[in-house]
Amino acid sequence: MIENRPVLTLLAHLVLILGVAIVAMPLWVAFVASTHTATDFMSGRVPMWPGPHFVENYAHMFGQGVSTSGTPPIGPMMLNSLIMALAIALGKIAISITSAFAIVYFRFPFRRLAFWAIFVTLMLPVEVRIVPTFKVVADLGMLNSYAGLSIPLIASATATFLFRQVFLTIPDELTEAARIDGAGPLRFFRDILLPLSRTNMAALFVILFIYGWNQYLWPLLITTDPKYYTIVAGIKRMADAVDGLPQWHLVMATAVLAMLPPVLVVVGMQRLFVKGLVETEK
Amino acid sequence: MAAITLDNLGKVYAQGSRAVGDVNLDIADGEFIVLVGPSGCGKSTLLRMIAGLESITDGQVRIGGRVVNDVEPADRDIAMVFQNYALYPHMSVRQNLAYGLKNRRTPRAEIDRRVAEAAEILQIGPFLDRKPRALSGGQRQRVAMGRAIVREPAAFLFDEPLSNLDAKLRGTMRLEIKALQTRLGTTSVYVTHDQLEAMTLADRLVVLNGGRVEQIGTPLDVYRRPASTFVAGFIGSPAMNLVPAAALPFADAPAGAVVGIRPEDLRLDARGPVAMTLRAVEELGATRLVHGHTGGQPITAVLPVDAPLGDRLQLAVAEGAVHLFDATSGKRIN
Repeated sequence: MIENRPVLTLLAHLVLILGVAIVAMPLWVAFVASTHTATDFMSGRVPMWPGPHFVENYAHMFGQGVSTSGTPPIGPMMLNSLIMALAIALGKIAISITSAFAIVYFRFPFRRLAFWAIFVTLMLPVEVRIVPTFKVVADLGMLNSYAGLSIPLIASATATFLFRQVFLTIPDELTEAARIDGAGPLRFFRDILLPLSRTNMAALFVILFIYGWNQYLWPLLITTDPKYYTIVAGIKRMADAVDGLPQWHLVMATAVLAMLPPVLVVVGMQRLFVKGLVETEK
Repeated sequence: MAAITLDNLGKVYAQGSRAVGDVNLDIADGEFIVLVGPSGCGKSTLLRMIAGLESITDGQVRIGGRVVNDVEPADRDIAMVFQNYALYPHMSVRQNLAYGLKNRRTPRAEIDRRVAEAAEILQIGPFLDRKPRALSGGQRQRVAMGRAIVREPAAFLFDEPLSNLDAKLRGTMRLEIKALQTRLGTTSVYVTHDQLEAMTLADRLVVLNGGRVEQIGTPLDVYRRPASTFVAGFIGSPAMNLVPAAALPFADAPAGAVVGIRPEDLRLDARGPVAMTLRAVEELGATRLVHGHTGGQPITAVLPVDAPLGDRLQLAVAEGAVHLFDATSGKRIN
């Protein structure tokens, strides 16, 4: 449809700009706050433009952290978050693609039961099963460890279903051609299925990386050693200053930094991400 | 290269429906066999049973004297060409051709030699480094055949390989497949629903109907002496006229028989015994198809374009061109 109505175009742009403003405003305030001193922000008049303390505040976070709330410098926390997010994303992809492979391509007893069992776990997010999960992880001695941070979050029904759908779109003839070409199940998986689900894996990686990076409740519960603090949980600890005011300018600097890696992942993998979500031709 | 024997071969699905029954067939080494029939007649199932993609519930399949009922498809020494090509979309043409050999641990140099040879035969050399999606339908079909050739198998199995191509390309590819098979001398089993493909390619035809063999024979045998009304109506285009004997009293047929006359065996003759009421004419260029009725039964004749037409035509039947079938069983009786 080609139309040329300036008023409509203007209106459309206004709505879009308004939408962007609503989303971007808090981010802008966070960034502005991170470039002022603590007192500027508490004075009652919230500044709307960046102040002169950008370098100082960020250097402070990288250098020593907020010692009053017991958080380490930001670098190790970012690293912890990265390790957790990568472990969750890659672990989920590995587990779900193999279980989807089993469900789609193998006939085994209780296959339907397995399928429904996976389905049911969709109804049990971390928050619902958090107490028993904590108990299990504690008994296994995985508190304050990377394994404890990532393993309980790795099983994923959603990703299994996504891969199941991908596999179902792969024509039977291709499977049969591979069989005649002498590819056993594992070789078929490695040589045909994995390359064909590459874009889906990329799309899933983006979603799961952000999911892992943004984990809040679980890391907060199971990490008491600052060595294993993740950045998202760290922000919460900083804001909870027990004696004295929260150092909002530093909290905001941390928040801004915490946003960067997911943004980088999305920007860097955007092309593959969109392809993986829309591509249907196999 | 090997002979293939089907021995009382049958297939019953788990829920009890029968797909194929009592197929007996000896395929000689180097022979080109075409399985032909309408959709749902079991021809693809039969082929897939030979390939090992479909389990066998009755009888035996032997390839080169070895019973292969429980042998994996990869170990049956066969290669298959699929209807939708089934090329691996993420591999280049070269990798597609080499994949089966690589899985069999063929030495690198040998793979290269065979791929180059197949590319030469099929003229796909320039495309070796392209992905299948960058190829046309005909080129993809060539690659699919190349994948079969490089394996140098005991038998080629073709599952309607030309049905996704346009009519013109189908004609050329048909010739190429025939030439290729003659050159390589590899035993081939070819499935199609297209009777023209069946006639032109086959050394011997196997006409299937409802999971059972209706007739086995050379294309000319089947065309000249169809064993049943089903075969008579299926092989030959336009289809044979099948008319109850009562409508053609001259034909010296027992009461209750069905008389079959090929449209091309009818000619205009003022003293001919068949009186036809004209209904429609289809121009084919070289000839014309004349459709009409005789004794209330539809009948078609192939007539030369210069033949004078009127509302009523008298037609004669060529010598020895009357086929007689039993009306109830459909079997040939003359």
